[in-house]
Amino acid sequence: MAGSGKAHLRDPESVLIRAEDLVVEFPISQGRVVNAVSGVSLDVKQGETLGLVGESGCGKSTTAKSLIQLPPPTSGTVSYLGTNLTSLDEKALRQARTDLQMIFQDPISSLNPRRKIGDVVAEPLRVWGPHNKDEQISQVDAMLEAVGIDPAIARDKRPHEFSGGQCQRISIARALVLNPQVIICDEPVSALDVSVQAQILNMLEDLKADYGLTLVFIAHDLAVVKNISDRIAVMYLGKLCEVSESNALYDAPAHPYTELLLGSSPVPDPTINLDITMVEEEDLPSPIDPPSGCRFRTRCKYATDRCAQEEPMMREVSQDHYVACHHPLVSVPEMAEVSA
Amino acid sequence: MTSARDEPLLAVRDLHTHFSINAGLLRAVDGVSFDLRAGQTLGIVGESGSGKTVLSRTIMRLNLGNNVHTSGQARFDGQDLLTLPMSEMTEIWGQEIAMVFQDPMTSLNPVVKIGRQVTEHVRKHFGVSKKEARTLAVELLKSVRIPEAEVTIGSYPHELSGGMRQRVSIAIALACSPKLLFADEPTTALDVTVQHQILNLLGIQQSERNMAMVLVTHDLGVVAGRTDEIIVMYAGKIVEQASTDQIFQKTSHPYTEALLRSIPKTDQPSHTRLAAIAGRPPNLITMPTGCAFSPRCPYAQDRCFEEEPPLQINQDGHAAACWYQVGTAENQEAWDKNLAAGRLSTMAVAKGQIVDEVPTDLTTGSS
Ligand SMILES: Nc1ncnc2c1ncn2[C@@H]1O[C@H](COP(=O)(O)OP(=O)(O)OP(=O)(O)O)[C@@H](O)[C@H]1O
Ligand SMILES: Nc1ncnc2c1ncn2[C@@H]1O[C@H](COP(=O)(O)OP(=O)(O)OP(=O)(O)O)[C@@H](O)[C@H]1O
Ligand code: SF4
Ligand SMILES: [Mg+2]
Ligand SMILES: [Mg+2]
Repeated sequence: MAGSGKAHLRDPESVLIRAEDLVVEFPISQGRVVNAVSGVSLDVKQGETLGLVGESGCGKSTTAKSLIQLPPPTSGTVSYLGTNLTSLDEKALRQARTDLQMIFQDPISSLNPRRKIGDVVAEPLRVWGPHNKDEQISQVDAMLEAVGIDPAIARDKRPHEFSGGQCQRISIARALVLNPQVIICDEPVSALDVSVQAQILNMLEDLKADYGLTLVFIAHDLAVVKNISDRIAVMYLGKLCEVSESNALYDAPAHPYTELLLGSSPVPDPTINLDITMVEEEDLPSPIDPPSGCRFRTRCKYATDRCAQEEPMMREVSQDHYVACHHPLVSVPEMAEVSA
Repeated sequence: MTSARDEPLLAVRDLHTHFSINAGLLRAVDGVSFDLRAGQTLGIVGESGSGKTVLSRTIMRLNLGNNVHTSGQARFDGQDLLTLPMSEMTEIWGQEIAMVFQDPMTSLNPVVKIGRQVTEHVRKHFGVSKKEARTLAVELLKSVRIPEAEVTIGSYPHELSGGMRQRVSIAIALACSPKLLFADEPTTALDVTVQHQILNLLGIQQSERNMAMVLVTHDLGVVAGRTDEIIVMYAGKIVEQASTDQIFQKTSHPYTEALLRSIPKTDQPSHTRLAAIAGRPPNLITMPTGCAFSPRCPYAQDRCFEEEPPLQINQDGHAAACWYQVGTAENQEAWDKNLAAGRLSTMAVAKGQIVDEVPTDLTTGSS
């Protein structure tokens, strides 16, 4: 995309979260702004895992944070179970956030180093949980067990006594302790070894089934995102490029940026011919001064004049597969263009 | 067999790096040997804590603290780096051998502008003028695809993103055209497109400069197609060493096999159950007797828990340290036996047949 539009959104009645036209701008010096998120619309169904993928700085974390209003978007709306979160007062919002939990990329530094694991996991319960201490403890123990950490051993230890994978399990336990509906996972496995990553991904799938969770899963690794997601949104420089059911995205990527991502993805197979000569020469565009038209055009090998002038809108290329591109890599059914 | 002509650029022999700590002696690197020829690329792969960084830092003579004990040899261009006086070693740093670290901030000075840092070595060793240095800095930053290089030379490291900082440290490493580059997880913090291009860039610079490279990573995807040879490390030791093709196509060590299986792949349908490796690497102070991988290995037999397998090299130059190497009849037998005996905790890694790994690190502690 680097385009806009909402053709990919589903019936509002059928989704748990629906975000429309999210814009997040960060003011910086000299009156300039970082256009971190520029008109992103997305929705997530109950029990679904939405993968959000794209390169560093494209606005994945900002989009995710604006879903839980931390901070609220500059403009746009987020509705959760029909309630517009952007219009809630601070108190109602905090209550709503108990349903929407977030876990962060860096497992070790996201945990308070001075606190014992038992307290770290119990923290959300202090405000929202049962007031009975014993009940709190048993809830914490249950969560630690659910993520495969022995509470008897872990309860009195501190974060630095655990490996990265264990810290990530602990932060997942903390996110789960209030029995949320939705967990937003911001690169939960990016800092982990492949072996530990596999354990955490499997565990997330199990927890999702056991607790009926809905996930928003952010990652820059396409194989990881495909493994865990039902539906994937590809993001570039503050906009969505492509939204698709997971398998279809990889079988037939429609956006040139998705193609670039797939071609760059490391594959553990030396017989696959790597394009080892490709090094883009031009400067990467910045969200301070994004390109006109399609934001991807400066790196796109298919770009034409139209791409500089006109912003592509999201349109359907096949069932549950949408792309925002003037020259998609798959043919687009004639009548499918739906502009929002 | 070795004539002077194919004398390796770097020859590491029986390298040990141990740390004395309160709990005892930590064997971070425990008997590692390898050769690296000019212009070649060696990949070093292994889980976190397997000793990859300590190995690189030992060879580079970078500070590892005063509780460190090192033995063995690391001959570079004929001289043993490990016994070289520090004054001569500092001459080699940057000029002959350069290093790109896992965390770019370790190689960047937070209070010096980027442009100055990039050309520091060049200015010191080649006495270029201020103007030349500026042009060179811009060129180097452009070569690692830093946008607005002219502006960035005036920035400080904290003003750049992690990815940008890593590109800067790569530019610094390349500035003096070293003969050997140690790249320790150079792209781990970067996204795939940038990683792909940085690795391409390193590859291109490498062949242009006939520079050898040691590429350290935990990601087997990164080294596939980009290295000539691969070393797989586990708990401070080499468990498998072969040409890149052999590592992938004739995987011999159960640990390498398990690592390969645990990687999600884009050609698998979504929600494919991953073959995670049960448990975690051993404690390097109280290592298990026998094979270090035995508590996690799906093929382990009694012998594996008692006797340490030596690194054995076959006629193809493929080396592995395992009593029941993957692809052999003995391996198949070991698997069948364990399957019959129901050793479920470790079987998740093998064959993709039984998928329920024991999910926890802590609860598998006493098996
Ligand atoms: N508080 C802030 N002030 C100014 N700019 C910001 C702020 N937070 C984020 N940005 C900018 O907004 C853009 C989007 O950042 P964001 O963190 O959402 O990206 P991301 O896709 O999560 O990247 P990564 O993969 O590196 O985590 C970036 O250009 C970033 O520098
Ligand atoms: N200065 C030190 N003193 C004591 N132990 C150390 C020291 N430096 C490293 N170690 C230990 O040596 C072992 C090997 O560490 P090393 O950093 O080489 O691992 P690695 O393979 O590079 O891991 P990663 O993938 O996490 O970078 C670890 O157990 C580590 O804790
Ligand atoms: S089969 Fe035995 S020797 Fe080989 S890796 Fe497994 S435990 Fe080690
Ligand atoms: Mg982010
Ligand atoms: Mg390391």
